[in-house]
Amino acid sequence: MGSGRLYLAVAVGGFRRYATYRAATAAGVFTNTAFGLILVHTYLALWEARPGLGGYEQAQAVTYVWLGQALFATLAIQGGGFEVELMERIRTGEIAVDLYRPVDLQLWWLANDLGRSVFQLLGRGVVPFVFGALVFPTALPGDVATWGAFLVALLLAVVVSFAIRYLFALSAFWLLDGQGVAQALTVTGLFCSGMTLPLNAFPGALGEVVRVLPWAAQLQLPADVLMGEAAPLGAYAFQGAWAVALLAAGRLVQAAATRRVVVQGG
Amino acid sequence: MREVFGARGPSRVAEGLRAYRLIAGMWIRSTLAYRASFVLTVCGNLLLTGLDFVAILLMFSQVDALGGWTLPEVAFLYGLSVTAFGTAQLAFGSVASLGGRVRDGSFDTLLVRPAPVLAQVAADRFALRRLGRGVQGAAVLGWALVAVDVDWTVAKALLIPVTLVSGAVIFGSLFVAGGAFQFLAQDAAEVQNAFTYGGTTLLQYPPTVFGRDLVRGVTFVLPLAFVNWVPAAYVLGRPYPLGLPAGAAFAAPLVAAVCGALAGTVWRAGLRSYRSTGS
Repeated sequence: MGSGRLYLAVAVGGFRRYATYRAATAAGVFTNTAFGLILVHTYLALWEARPGLGGYEQAQAVTYVWLGQALFATLAIQGGGFEVELMERIRTGEIAVDLYRPVDLQLWWLANDLGRSVFQLLGRGVVPFVFGALVFPTALPGDVATWGAFLVALLLAVVVSFAIRYLFALSAFWLLDGQGVAQALTVTGLFCSGMTLPLNAFPGALGEVVRVLPWAAQLQLPADVLMGEAAPLGAYAFQGAWAVALLAAGRLVQAAATRRVVVQGG
Repeated sequence: MREVFGARGPSRVAEGLRAYRLIAGMWIRSTLAYRASFVLTVCGNLLLTGLDFVAILLMFSQVDALGGWTLPEVAFLYGLSVTAFGTAQLAFGSVASLGGRVRDGSFDTLLVRPAPVLAQVAADRFALRRLGRGVQGAAVLGWALVAVDVDWTVAKALLIPVTLVSGAVIFGSLFVAGGAFQFLAQDAAEVQNAFTYGGTTLLQYPPTVFGRDLVRGVTFVLPLAFVNWVPAAYVLGRPYPLGLPAGAAFAAPLVAAVCGALAGTVWRAGLRSYRSTGS
């Protein structure tokens, strides 16, 4: 079996695993739609008081809200994807078995997480987004090329999201208890990816900083590509650079961890 | 089984409280065994729940008023909502993980113990770290009380603690009803987040921000408006949402009592419908 087919099988497995829980998916769709409804009204009021904030028109701010809700699970913005399982495997020592497998640990989990992302985009993302677009005035492009460009940005966003969570998860080799790490993932994910407020609308120096952190690659850039606020090639370069840097860092940390860490067990 | 969900009365309540105290005390002792980890998770929790308020601060760094309300006024709403929610979550938040116990069959264990099931479920894995949310909400509320421009009267001052307690009861009822819902829903547990976490998020913003239908819904159907919108309108001297009658702010305890009674009924119905997985 070629390694490409192997990782494809892992990705399909990740997809099917999440597809199994239909009631949970429906519940997630409901919750994302409810939060979208709340957030969209606060943004409407904000852009009413300050038109053009962050370079967005009101309709663009609305689009941003629904895109955020649609991608919330896809990008695992507050964590809760593969990394929970990986940290648990490190804590229990089961990771030793994984390291013996004739596959690359990072690619295995990347494939697994891509499968999960694709399912959550289709299963959890589409309905809230379509609801938002039908009920509120949104700023969506009419041409296929922009949607295509958006999908590429989204794929890169998923990879960056994975790379961030992989790095956080590897800390379990040293910390063992994953609770604090999970919390840190949630805080940074919600705040720095622009789930609470678009990064464009962050004031002053804080805005300058958050817009160059890797989290900016997750929601802000795909949204800007979709709404024509960012040139696709520039966005890809930013996302790609962070993806490569973080994946490489993940490999380095993994090498360090597997060299010196004694596997838990007993 | 009659003992489990049939009996009522004051002795039953006292028994429940005692069981709750014992179980929660056990979990607190267990948590404090790892002091450093506990301190870290409380800090993390403070930071996490504080993010909502940071978002509001960021918004107000760009505007002077949101839906016509100033920052101290919105902070007042935020403080009331989050303090009440934090209290309810500390006391009843564990009910949210009931679905897991139903799925793995460990819920059966609770049914055979000689203590009220609700007290056991609510105190199960009692998480003292949840103090973080209430503390953070209270801090914002404290600042807001100093910063808002209000002609304080005795009635207004008394309304604040009454509102906090009523709000905690309303949110607590939501948690309990959400738990009862999990007897049926199991995997769909996340739906209740839309009402609990969604509810507290909604109430952090002024009612003028939201559509009239949404405000109607959270006033008459799910009376979240009595957690803060209505009492806050009275204290701040603003018109009530939906032109409610003059005494509406003082109806919060009544609304809370009705919510509590309804939640109790729903809980008992849920418990009766429970069928063990058998594993």
